[in-house]
Amino acid sequence: MHVDYQSLRFEYRRSPDQSSLQVVRHAVVVVGAGPVGLATAIDLAQSGLRVLLLDDDSSLSTGSRAICFAKRTLEIFDRLGCGDAMVEKGVTWNRGRVFHRDHPVYSFDLLPEGGHERPAFVNLQQYYVEGFLLDRARALPDLEIRWRNKVTAVEPGEAGVGLLVETPEGEYRILADYLIAADGARSPIRRALGLESKGRTFRDRFLIADVRMKADFPAERWFWFDPPFHPNQSVLLHSQPDGVWRIDFQLGWDADPEAERAPERVITRVRALLGENAAFDLEWVSVYTFSCLRMARFRHGRVIFAGDAAHGVSPFGARGANSGVQDAENIAWKLALVLRGEAPATLLDSYDDERVAAADENILNSTRSTDFITPKNEASRAFRDATLDLARDCAFARRLVNSGRLSLPSTYRASPLNTADTDDFAGTMMPGAPALDAPLMREGAPNWLLRRLGGGFVLLHFGEAPPPVPETLPPLRLVNVTPDEDAEGVAARRYDALPGTTYLIRPDQHVCARWRRFDPEAICAALDRAVGRA
Amino acid sequence: MLNTEPNIASPDDFYEALLSIHQGLAPEQSRQVDARLILLLCNHIGDLSVLREAMARARRGIEPDGIDNTIAART
Ligand SMILES: Cc1cc2nc3c(=O)[nH]c(=O)nc-3n(C[C@H](O)[C@H](O)[C@H](O)COP(=O)(O)OP(=O)(O)OC[C@H]3O[C@@H](n4cnc5c(N)ncnc54)[C@H](O)[C@@H]3O)c2cc1C
Repeated sequence: MHVDYQSLRFEYRRSPDQSSLQVVRHAVVVVGAGPVGLATAIDLAQSGLRVLLLDDDSSLSTGSRAICFAKRTLEIFDRLGCGDAMVEKGVTWNRGRVFHRDHPVYSFDLLPEGGHERPAFVNLQQYYVEGFLLDRARALPDLEIRWRNKVTAVEPGEAGVGLLVETPEGEYRILADYLIAADGARSPIRRALGLESKGRTFRDRFLIADVRMKADFPAERWFWFDPPFHPNQSVLLHSQPDGVWRIDFQLGWDADPEAERAPERVITRVRALLGENAAFDLEWVSVYTFSCLRMARFRHGRVIFAGDAAHGVSPFGARGANSGVQDAENIAWKLALVLRGEAPATLLDSYDDERVAAADENILNSTRSTDFITPKNEASRAFRDATLDLARDCAFARRLVNSGRLSLPSTYRASPLNTADTDDFAGTMMPGAPALDAPLMREGAPNWLLRRLGGGFVLLHFGEAPPPVPETLPPLRLVNVTPDEDAEGVAARRYDALPGTTYLIRPDQHVCARWRRFDPEAICAALDRAVGRA
Repeated sequence: MLNTEPNIASPDDFYEALLSIHQGLAPEQSRQVDARLILLLCNHIGDLSVLREAMARARRGIEPDGIDNTIAART
């Protein structure tokens, strides 16, 4: 069934909170029904908490915003119960090509190895992503969404956060044990608390056009430096569902954003790329300037910032929404444990430790790409041009060409929740790493490792049979992978596993500890550490 | 470690070759040649710690007198 998610309008409904004589208290209030707020609310509600989600608007995202959703994000969406819809609708792609002037210089395959359920990327308009998340959110009885509820004041306190909410029928107050501010790049909550997001703005402008057309370009990411049809600037072409194509034209700092938006002007630029006789319709056009910035800290007592409210990156690398969804899953399990009294509130500080480090990684990557695409001085330009020239016949230079290093999840190497290895291990599945997928067989049918892990703390054990679990161990789910199930040995290879190898995996599917044998005492200690009790 | 002891067998030949690739070039063209040359040599050396040492020596004593094309952002 096709739903035009862009045109959906959601009704404002009066809540009993608005007539209550006493200010009503909620365990968690999430502000902002963008991808990050929706993902956070779903994750919390799935773990059995009641969640209130407020949004000032009555519609989903419109126009040209995020399109590239990365493998890890899709795996998170799987856990949130809406990954299949995203992948079915999305355009799957793994390959990127880079051109300089009129010749190809470089191409890359983002997922050169098999054995992953999800592709490196799908392209999907942000309104679909939000739409599928919303469909899932609406199926959760513990999740209440209030549209046209705008948070206008925030009073953080020791015991809770007071909120003033404006609606078409006037204002009302509520209290929250915890407030997740996923209210976007301009974050009114950040401003209300007198906090700042700081960084650099790149002196450049980009025309982002979504064009509907029939075209036989392959589903790949094509990036041109200085092409004949748009000299001295770069162009990016990407395919989206419903025959829509995303075209980014770099314009330079001196371009007039108003004039550039004029349809005649855009059509001329698109024609230059597609040919004089190309038939297409403009879906949406905007002109952007990009920045890389973040807040100094994301947790401020009972107010926690996530997504664009906490950090921003240029889109080259598709790290905005992708990293925001990782914020969401990082905070969700921690907050759920704290609210259920199963972990101390200081566990929430590890959100700061882990996600600030992740934001820095994303900002670093995004800044490097933008420095390549938008040289910031004469020397950057000279080296950029030299790199592109050498890339034609020198393999090393191709590795330097940077049109965007595409979003990968962070490994929380320095996280206080990790237990350091005491046994010898090779490979990438170190404490702090996001668990890798692998193909398994189960009762004769294909099955995927990450699906088996699911949510919650999990012990992943490799062996013929699950180990006997002593009563002293807290009730943990145990996933045992037998050599038969791992017929191709991919899981054992990716986890450097031998019979007896045991991993403790967090609810967000990051590794927190691993051993060569099943050691209940070590597991208890690692679990304590992972919930901030060490 | 960066080798700053003599390492080129015939220094005058080297120096002449270096200048000759710039012969007749406009400053922007020379800039292009130099940039390519630096990239080729850096890749040949490969060792990032050596490269950083060389970069630091090259940069020594030069007070910045230009502007980078970014603006401080604060929201
Ligand atoms: C051209 C472009 C291309 C991009 N491409 C990609 C890409 O390919 N991949 C990628 O991962 N990212 C991409 N991004 C970034 C991505 O769009 C953002 O990172 C993402 O939307 C952030 O989600 P969010 O939920 O944090 O914020 P938003 O999506 O901005 O949502 C914030 C929500 O909060 C609501 N709100 C605000 N104030 C209040 C208030 N006072 N009370 C109640 N509600 C409020 C808003 O109505 C909104 O619904 C791109 C961005 C641009 C501009």
